[in-house]
Amino acid sequence: MEALSLLQWLIDILIGVGLLWLAWRVLFSPELFKAIVLFIAFGLLMALAWVRLQAPDVALAEAAIGAGLTGALLLSAWMKLREESTQQFEQKRKRQIFVWLLAIPLLLIIVGLGYAISLLTPYPTGLSTAVAENIDASGVSNPVTAVLLNFRVYDTLLEVAVLFLALLGVWSLEIRESAIGSEPEPVLDVLTRVLTPLLVLVAAYLLWVGAHAPGGAFQAGSVLGAAGVLLILAGWRLPHRLAGLPLRITLVAGLSTFIAVAVLMILGGGRLLEFPSSQASQIILILEATATLSIATILAALFLTSRPSHSEKT
Amino acid sequence: MIIALLYALVGVGLFGLGLYSLIIHAHLLRKILALNIMGSGVFMVLVALAGGEGNMLDPVPAAMVITGIVVAVSATALALALMLKISAITGRAELNDEEGK
Amino acid sequence: MTLIDYLSVLFLLAGAVFFLAGTVGLLRFPDVYTRLHALTKADNVGLGLLVIGLAMQAESYASVGQLLLIWFLVLLAGASSSHLIAKRALQRGVRMWRR
Repeated sequence: MEALSLLQWLIDILIGVGLLWLAWRVLFSPELFKAIVLFIAFGLLMALAWVRLQAPDVALAEAAIGAGLTGALLLSAWMKLREESTQQFEQKRKRQIFVWLLAIPLLLIIVGLGYAISLLTPYPTGLSTAVAENIDASGVSNPVTAVLLNFRVYDTLLEVAVLFLALLGVWSLEIRESAIGSEPEPVLDVLTRVLTPLLVLVAAYLLWVGAHAPGGAFQAGSVLGAAGVLLILAGWRLPHRLAGLPLRITLVAGLSTFIAVAVLMILGGGRLLEFPSSQASQIILILEATATLSIATILAALFLTSRPSHSEKT
Repeated sequence: MIIALLYALVGVGLFGLGLYSLIIHAHLLRKILALNIMGSGVFMVLVALAGGEGNMLDPVPAAMVITGIVVAVSATALALALMLKISAITGRAELNDEEGK
Repeated sequence: MTLIDYLSVLFLLAGAVFFLAGTVGLLRFPDVYTRLHALTKADNVGLGLLVIGLAMQAESYASVGQLLLIWFLVLLAGASSSHLIAKRALQRGVRMWRR
């Protein structure tokens, strides 16, 4: 129907214009708090755009990590910044002339990039046919999961390593422990008690369903990490017994499982990270499960930024 | 197909806006926000051009974008920690190149 | 379009009206507390009407259950965060608007 496609056009144009307008408000708002909250809204609108572009896995990841966790990190950092410096947040820019002059080459860059991209369409089918031909040998039926955890699992190994390295970097900076969660809040307590088991259940579901529907290890890990963030906000901290070796084991579990599987594959006669197709689905499940646990712990630890104290004496 | 081009152009616009804001703002938190928006623009271009025909989405760019989102959040976390450290040491969270610090 | 489709469109439009009202309230009300009041109307009733409209189009009872779970979670999160925002605003000394 002509009216239906016109409506779809309208929705896409609204989402596109909305994204650009929100981005302009995020970047050029005088108040920093307003900018951060608008950034969370921007992330949610991006998730809607991913759904329109028929990429539900990306939509799940963007809503959980891009909007939710990044927003929480930004708000927490803004709060700590207000505690540290008593200076006003001035939107200090460079000299006005420079600001206006920069707009011209930047407009040229945008127009040039847009023109280059318009030259790319109509585009070939890309790799979707190649993936579809080999998907039976991959062990899962969701093509994005197959790419992430079989065909390009080397990228995923490095991605888990990058997360881990970011945590090492944040811990080595030794940020002072913040006052998040130190005041008792009964409503937040009850909310946390109700939501945490539900979030664990949703994470387990996303992990399991990622094999044949949109989902997967990163989405599950981020939901579980959100549960960790909620616990931190409610004032729960890791008990001292668990903050030493058990915490470190949980943090490296994902990366070390990836490396162990890689080494085992090489020792078994194949190439790096080449899974035999008979055991591929089990290997992928093990990799995803440990990766989920590690990703969740790393994300919650990144939110806390200060390393939990693990010595016996307080 | 035109819709994919529309979203790709939106992605280019986001990238340009983010780049402009990154250069002209001195406050570090605004720079981090600008970097995130630039990243979102790039991801949008990748996935928009992967739409293909009908409902066969090319899964390789989608997987790369998921990887990119996770890497972006790790980089943001590290950048925020660095910003907090700079603010704790110098008392302000800005980079001013006039003072030569 | 069958009767179910018409009913579904009706519920979706009604939900959209509530969202519009909530957004107008967010933009126009004078202080934090009244704005929270407007937002929760959009969340609770508006989303509930949307869920009813969508549930009529669902393929299975499991999908309906998932939609109801989503609505319940939004209610929970909306109520808790409204309470927390209002409590913190009261602690900071934000005065309520009097006519």
